[in-house]
Amino acid sequence: MSKFEFDRELDIAWCPGCGNFPLRNGLIKALKELDLDPTQVVFSSGIGQAAKMPQYIDANYFNGLHGRGLSVAQAVQSVNPKLTVIAEGGDGDMYGEGGNHLLHNIRRNPNLAHIVHNNMIYGLTKGQASPTSQKGMETNVQVSGVYNEPLNPIALALALGATFVARAFTGDTERTKDIIKAAIQHEGYALVDIFHPCPTFNKINTFAWYKNNTYWLDENHDPSDLKKAMDMAMNDEKYALGILYKKEGQLTFDQAHPVYKNDQTPIVLRKRDIKQVQKLIR
Amino acid sequence: MRESLSIVLSGEAGQGLQTIEEFLVEALSNEYYVFTSKEVMSRVRGGNNSVEIRIASTPVYALRYTIDYLFLLNNHSFYRLAKRIDADTVVFGEEGFLSDDEKAKYNVDLTTFDLSVLAKKAGSKLYANTILFGYIAGMLDLSQSHGHNLIATRFESRGEKVIQDNINAYDVGYELGLPFKVKIQIKKRTDNKSYVIMDGNKSLGIGALAGGVNYIASYPMSPGTSLLSYLSSKGEEFGVLAEQAEDEIAALNMTIGAWYAGARGIVTTSGGGFALMTEAVSLAGITENPAVIHVAQRPGPATGLPTRTEQGDLNLVVYAGHGEFPRIVLAPGKTEDGILLAQKSFWLADKYQVPVFILSDQYWLESMSQMEPFELSDKYLETFTVTTEKGYKRYNWDTTISPRGVPGFGEGFVKADSDEHDEEGQITEDFDVRVRMHEKRLAKRELLLEDYIEPEFLGNKDSKNLLVGWGSTYGVLKELVESTDLDVSFMYVKQPFPLPLSLKEHFEGKNVIVVENNATGQFANILRLELDVKINHRILKYNGEPFHIEEIEAKVKEVLK
Repeated sequence: MSKFEFDRELDIAWCPGCGNFPLRNGLIKALKELDLDPTQVVFSSGIGQAAKMPQYIDANYFNGLHGRGLSVAQAVQSVNPKLTVIAEGGDGDMYGEGGNHLLHNIRRNPNLAHIVHNNMIYGLTKGQASPTSQKGMETNVQVSGVYNEPLNPIALALALGATFVARAFTGDTERTKDIIKAAIQHEGYALVDIFHPCPTFNKINTFAWYKNNTYWLDENHDPSDLKKAMDMAMNDEKYALGILYKKEGQLTFDQAHPVYKNDQTPIVLRKRDIKQVQKLIR
Repeated sequence: MRESLSIVLSGEAGQGLQTIEEFLVEALSNEYYVFTSKEVMSRVRGGNNSVEIRIASTPVYALRYTIDYLFLLNNHSFYRLAKRIDADTVVFGEEGFLSDDEKAKYNVDLTTFDLSVLAKKAGSKLYANTILFGYIAGMLDLSQSHGHNLIATRFESRGEKVIQDNINAYDVGYELGLPFKVKIQIKKRTDNKSYVIMDGNKSLGIGALAGGVNYIASYPMSPGTSLLSYLSSKGEEFGVLAEQAEDEIAALNMTIGAWYAGARGIVTTSGGGFALMTEAVSLAGITENPAVIHVAQRPGPATGLPTRTEQGDLNLVVYAGHGEFPRIVLAPGKTEDGILLAQKSFWLADKYQVPVFILSDQYWLESMSQMEPFELSDKYLETFTVTTEKGYKRYNWDTTISPRGVPGFGEGFVKADSDEHDEEGQITEDFDVRVRMHEKRLAKRELLLEDYIEPEFLGNKDSKNLLVGWGSTYGVLKELVESTDLDVSFMYVKQPFPLPLSLKEHFEGKNVIVVENNATGQFANILRLELDVKINHRILKYNGEPFHIEEIEAKVKEVLK
């Protein structure tokens, strides 16, 4: 049996042609190439088709509530910083239901990778608008077309001070894999927004649409240039793919937390001394 | 009613009432029986807040309504307490703190106590609190040297001069207070015991630490915030990771994540904040993930009376969360139980893999009472997690409680799922698996009753009249049954949910009188529903204040007529 893969046939709940399949391939390849021990890897996800990903990767997972994957991931990482933690879900899960946790976990800069499948539609609930749906898209709820502005997760993350902001497209599994690898290796919070088609419900943002409306950053791009990254993030004519921004050396949540100031032992490994508590009864 | 003396200090938020209270209470506890409670308006500055310090020759555990000595600390500190004075009340204050209208309307005189002038004479208005401390110490003939020691300890870090100036200020007050000594009939205690005195909040904090807490994520909400502050202040020393969450939804999800990864976590909140956590309670239910949840009650609905007290959220915690799953609800009513139940809550949550609630309220959290120190047991630091082996199944159904592994510890994978799942923790829609897994979870209810925390019985056990209380009504009911001529006994319930059937026998043939600080008698209803207990009387209070001792005696008398 190969690491992170099951030795049995899986009953995968995704539709044929779903962008989640190549994304899964890229993710497993990234984990293997990083030579991670699956027992030391924890996935945390919420609800949605994307949030089912951990079910199909053989490692630890906590498949919790809609929108709360990041909260659980952050806590897991902070009580045991030795683990490799990945929070994963879709655009509705992470940008809609979990919006507040997105804002505040970027501020915390936890050492984890945040993978967001962005297909600009709700799949599990059968085709309503997501926070990233573009204006005009007609759905069974937005019957005369989406009229709200779409969320720009890249600009949002940059504005909040995220230390790693990237975007990928499942049309290129190899580069998607490389970005995921870099996100896992990054010390701090790493957002990877991954474009992928939803062939069942999103008839506008198809594979061809993504192909025609994106471009990959080349080696000349300087990911330490925040202003440049923001300029690219605000350009909605064509979407930049790659690591737009990366900042090294900022303290992660656990590094900055007082509980780890003088003692780097994960708190789950520390022992409580009842005699020390006894002294408080006075 | 027990012979006691009620001293009330009435001032405004930001005037340092808490500092005087801490000083006084420690000094008084050394020589008398003491109980204190406080009530505040929902203001950061101004308004009117008061502290009652009750001093007695025999143990006291409750608020007394009538004030004997009232200290006014400004000119708008009387009006809210006017109902609590009688012909014998002595009101102290500076000229003008009692208006002519108030004097006429309530037939009350002002005994001049020129605190700000005295403080200025002593060197600074900052010494006012210390002078007041000395004054009351003099009235009650407290050991002057003990007072000096407390001051020296308190101001240790501030240097010799600050200590000496405060001691001088204390002595000025002490001399002035001494003449009252002859008028006070309360005798000092002679039990030679050394009590510790603390509020409910601190007892919960100590209990949590003794139960192994090493994680707290919470969003501030009165009166639940104090536990977050307490554990944050102990964070570095004890290895507790404290984090202020962005909202209550995050707080409980984070705490569940922390438990999943092997920590012992708690959230603290009040009813409104807890309402936001209910989905995550259900998550703990299906993932069989432990969680400890402190709900500090205050009157609702919605924002209600934010700084007041109530026992209105029992139903909320008993029924919170969609779907069916077991849980435990604990309600401490005395300081020892604040420690013991908080300590045990972590062990119970770990052992049975269920959410455990600690249900307190504003009155209990902020009241201080005396306790004989006791030895903490390390039994509750015992953990129930296992090192996983290859092929580990998180929800192995060979036993009702599946051994809980922790990610990163062992060869196996720990897969927890909010969807219905199979033994491995993989999502499933198989009806047979659903039934078996659901029954496995629900079967924990019977098991966890093996650790049911039995009620305590006080007073004449043979009495036909049984008072029933849970949580914070303990003090007032204990004092009642210990001091009244009425023929009553008192059952103090520490675990209001779930209830074992064996509890039913205690109610048989009794005139059951349930006392609750809410409007509908929520626990009485649970007794009916769960144990088919016939409730004869309900004594309920829901104006935002706790029961006081005079009131409970009158009400019990009335139902026994």
